Formats: sequence, structure tokens, C-alpha cells
Amino acid sequence: MPPPKLTESTESTHRAEARPRWTERLRAVGPVLGLVLLCIVGTALNSDFATVDNAMNVLTRTAFIGIIAVGMCFVIISGGIDLSVGSMAALIAGSVIMFINWAGPAFGSPLLAVVTGAVLAVALGAVFGLAHGLLITKGRIEPFIVTLGTLGIFRAYLTYFADGGALTLDNNLSDLYAPVYYASLFSIPIPVWVFVIVAIIGGIILNRTAYGRYVQAIGSNEQVARYAAVDVDRVKIMTYVLLGVCVGIATLLYVPRLGSASPTTGILWELEAIAAVIVGGTALKGGAGSITGTVIGAILLSVISNILNLTSVISVYLNAAVQGFVIISVAFLQRGRR
Amino acid sequence: MTRNFSRRIALTAVAAAAIGLASASAFADEKVNLGVSIPAATHSFMGGINYWANQAKKDLEKAHKGLKITIKTAANAPEQANQLQDLSTVTKINALVVFPFESAALTKPVAQVKAKGAYVTVVDRGLTDTSAQDAYVAGDNTAFGKIPAEYIVKTLGGKGNVVALRGIATTLDNERMDAFNAVLKGSPDVKLLDAKYANWNRDDAFKVTQDYLTRFKEIDAIWAADDDMAVGVEKAIAQAKRTDIKIIFGGAGAKGAVKTIMDGSDPRIKADVSYSPKFIYDAIKLTAEARLKGEKLPATTIIPSVLITKDNAKDFYHPDSPF
Repeated sequence: MPPPKLTESTESTHRAEARPRWTERLRAVGPVLGLVLLCIVGTALNSDFATVDNAMNVLTRTAFIGIIAVGMCFVIISGGIDLSVGSMAALIAGSVIMFINWAGPAFGSPLLAVVTGAVLAVALGAVFGLAHGLLITKGRIEPFIVTLGTLGIFRAYLTYFADGGALTLDNNLSDLYAPVYYASLFSIPIPVWVFVIVAIIGGIILNRTAYGRYVQAIGSNEQVARYAAVDVDRVKIMTYVLLGVCVGIATLLYVPRLGSASPTTGILWELEAIAAVIVGGTALKGGAGSITGTVIGAILLSVISNILNLTSVISVYLNAAVQGFVIISVAFLQRGRR
Repeated sequence: MTRNFSRRIALTAVAAAAIGLASASAFADEKVNLGVSIPAATHSFMGGINYWANQAKKDLEKAHKGLKITIKTAANAPEQANQLQDLSTVTKINALVVFPFESAALTKPVAQVKAKGAYVTVVDRGLTDTSAQDAYVAGDNTAFGKIPAEYIVKTLGGKGNVVALRGIATTLDNERMDAFNAVLKGSPDVKLLDAKYANWNRDDAFKVTQDYLTRFKEIDAIWAADDDMAVGVEKAIAQAKRTDIKIIFGGAGAKGAVKTIMDGSDPRIKADVSYSPKFIYDAIKLTAEARLKGEKLPATTIIPSVLITKDNAKDFYHPDSPF
């Protein structure tokens, strides 16, 4: 049985027996190459593109999708999929806002209310992920169907709680919470730090732990993994819980940005997260993937729309087409042996 | 009820009254079974539409015994077409108030409802073939773009840089943008630097505004074209700590924006343009009451969009509405 090999290129600490072929290396370099080319184009079109402020804006925006994509990477590598992450983020955002608004006066301490709200975001994400995992493994329903169902359920409940309008944080609580999105540490915004930490932890779990190897093994061949005494159900449930936690983290960073959640919150995030993972060189059928690639993929997607906003060269009607062309080109650069 | 039936009643009416009266009394004994088809509450404005439609159902069913209102919400154009079929064949409606997702795609489905004898009032977006409707009630999209442009030109004293946000690529959005541009043509010193789509979405508006602020060092006014998008615009300006923007002009008169104008809490937001989702309430009320009397509505009713300022803001403030 061929052991599933990781295609991480950033760490040059490839184990000696791995001997990655140069094509494998190119696959990992594909997204990076695409990103570098895009940045050159962006700078050529508008000199403001290559400023620190713009880079920070883009990275901060990417943080939500990026953090979710790290969790999505595990789910996809294990051969699953989750279509509900955007709706889940919206429902968590709405629930957290309602909770903080209630807890602020009730606890008598706004700070405690905000902190508990943040913890609640992660807890809710984990619970939703657990529900997905149980339905998929113990309930033996296809992940596509389960999460398609919850995509509708989560968003509908948010719409119901918000009466179709928006749920908004009370002003004094909003000011207290705002630094979580707007503040910087060593002139790098907080969400970017969190994104980096989540990506590093994700990379370690995927490439340096037994659990990460099980995830990859299940994705390449579930039957073989079962024969090798891997607790397939538990590993799978954990991937959805991990993703749920990632959605929770992304949401607790997202809420202070606008201080509100509405039925349009997080719309299409699931596709962006899945696209980031796939553009980053993970196979949609599972088995192998890369966290570094996923991070690069997420940044690449934000950079495209950023460049389009910074120029008027292309008709606004064609924005989506440009994104499509770039995604396909990058995928072409890093196509493996299929 | 079929046209034949009504004619027979009209003919056998004993009182030799005017024909108009006869047909009116014929309807007066009849029930009005009114269907309402609207988009689902996918953003705040549609949340408002849903709220006002349900308010209309509550108020009107209480007021009129012979009136039954069925509200259906759809997530997209095909779903709305299916619901129109259901309303027609299952609910057997004899009057319809419809807020079409898209003009062209819904023209045929609405025409089929009308062909079955229902009285059709179309709201907000006209159909491509007006023979498919009996009456049309709409907000004023031209004024929606014209009023902000006039306000910005006047407030800037005829000189300055403007950026605009657009909604989703639709005929309605084009109408607003064209009206905005038409006013700016008259003052060559007010420059529209760019107009990008932000999908009537706060988050997209935040991103687009961030990029505008990166790109343009001097912006005097931002036409957010929607009060929801204005929320994202404000946050992006606050984050960039920019002080050059003198005007943020939203649109539609959401309760948060109207409250800001009432309280005078933001010097950049002193005006708005009305485009209240309440017009669905008016359309349902007008249609139901006309049909109960057996009357018709005028072919077109435009609910005017007007400038909201501190003086008239309280007339546009509906704290109970989600919008």
C-alpha cells in the first residue's frame, strides 16, 4: 500500500525516503507562482497595490475564508465536503450577537459578555460540526446531502431570528469588541495573526501527527484504512468538528467588523473556502492536500478581486469572468497526474 | 369566478342601476382570494418587504370578512414561477400582487395567472409585456438615483470627487445609475471616479470601499446607493481613519439611517432618499380594497421617492420594521 505522501514544499525537511518527484514539487509551487504573477500584474496596473496598507487589508479580509479553508482542507482530504460553512458562520454570528446583547446587561460586565460570546462562537461551531460528523458517519448519509440540508437550515434560522433584517451589536459592546478585528499587534492586524496561528496548527496536525496521517489515509482509501484498524468514524467526525471550530474562530473575528449579521452574511463563503483548498493543490476526491497551498489559494482569491477594485481597465460586468480565468489558469499550473 | 358568471349576475340584477354599480354589487357578495408572491428575506430590504406584506395580511383580513390573503416567498425566479402556478391552481386565487424577481423571466408565469381570470398587480419591477398585468405599483428608481446626485452636487458646491457603489447587475440598478450620471453630466467639476458592484451587501461594500480608499487619495462623497451598504462604507472609512469624505449617501430609508438623520449623529449622513418596502403594503391594500368593491386600479401608481432630511425624517421612521 503506498503511503499517502504530503506535498508540502515550504518545509524542506522532506523525509529522506520521500524523494518527491519534481512534478510533485511543481504542483506545490503552482499557486505560489500564480500569486506572484498576480502581484506583478496588480502592481503594474496600480502602484497602490504594493503598499503595506493594501496588503494588510487583503490579508485581513482573507483571514475569514482562510481560517475556514484550513478546516475545510481536513474535510476534503478525508474525502468529505461541507457546503454549509457560510450559513453556519452567519448563524453563529447572529447567535453570538444576540447572546452578547443579552449578556452585557445581564452579567453586568460588558467585557465578560464579549469574552463569553467569543467562547460561545467556537463552542457552537464545534457542536454544529459534531452534528454533521454524526449524521455523516453514524447516519451514513452523504456529506454533500447533509451539509446541503444544513446550509438551508442554518441560514433560515438566522433569517428567522433577525426577522429578515439585521441583528446588530449594541453600541458600547460593539466598541469594546471592535479591536478584535481592527487592532494590530506589531503593525499586523489581529485577524492575520489568528489566521497564521490557525494555519500553523493545521499544518502540524496534518503533517506531524498520527491523526493527520489517518485523515490522508482515509481519503486515499477508506477500506484499506479500516483494515489497518483506523477508527474511521472517529477520525471523520473530528474533521467536521475541526472545521466547525475553524468557522467559530472565523466568526468571532468577523462579528466585530460590522457588528451585525444579516441574511446575506457569509453568503457563498463555502464556495470560496472550497475553491481556496482546491486552487491550493488539494484533490477534491481527497487523499492528499496541503495547508500551505490552501493558505496561498485563499490569498490568491482575495487578491483577484482586490486588483479588480483597484483598476477600471476591465468592465465591471466581467469581474467574475476574470476570477474564473485566473482560477482555471492556476489549477492548470499545478495539475498533477490524475 | 368566471367572467360569464359575473355577467349573468350582472344581467339578472333586479335594480336597474348603472352598469358600474351592478358589477360592483356582483363582486360585493364575492370573496377576494388574494395571492401575494414576493422574494424571500435575503437582505434587509426584502426583510422589510416580507414584514410589510405580513402586516397588510394582518390588518386587511381583520378589516374585511370576505378577504383571504396567501403569502408565498421564493428564493429565486424559477421558484417564484412554480409558486405562481400553485397559487393559481391549488389556492385558486382571483387576485395577485406580485413582486417579480426579474422582469423578463416572470412575464410568462404572471401572464398565465392572469389568463385564468385573476386580477394582477405587479410591484416594483415592470414586466416586459405589460399586457400580462392589470396594474403596476412601483417605487421611483429614477428619483432614487437623481435625488442623491442633486444633493451631492449641491452640498459639494458643484466641485469634488465622488465614488459610487452599485447593487447587483439588474435593470433597476442601471436605471438608478443612469439617473445619477445624468445629473452629474450637468456639473463637469463633480467627477465620478468609479462605480463598482457591491451586491447590496454590507461586507462587499466594506471591501469595495477599502479598495476605493486605497486607490483614491481625495474623495469628497460616497454614494452607497443603499443604507445597508452605507454601513459597510462607514466602517471602512473609520478603519482607514480618512477625514476627507464629507458625504455618505445611502438609499431606501432604512430605520438605522433615518434614526441617524433624526438624531444628527453623523455629520456625513444628513440626507437619504426614500424607497420604502412599505409600498408592498400599499399595493396589497389598494388591490384588495379595489377588488372587494369590484373596481380597477389605475394602470400605473408610482410611489414617489423623496429626499429625507431632518425635517421629515420622523415620517419615514418605522422602528418595528426589520428594515
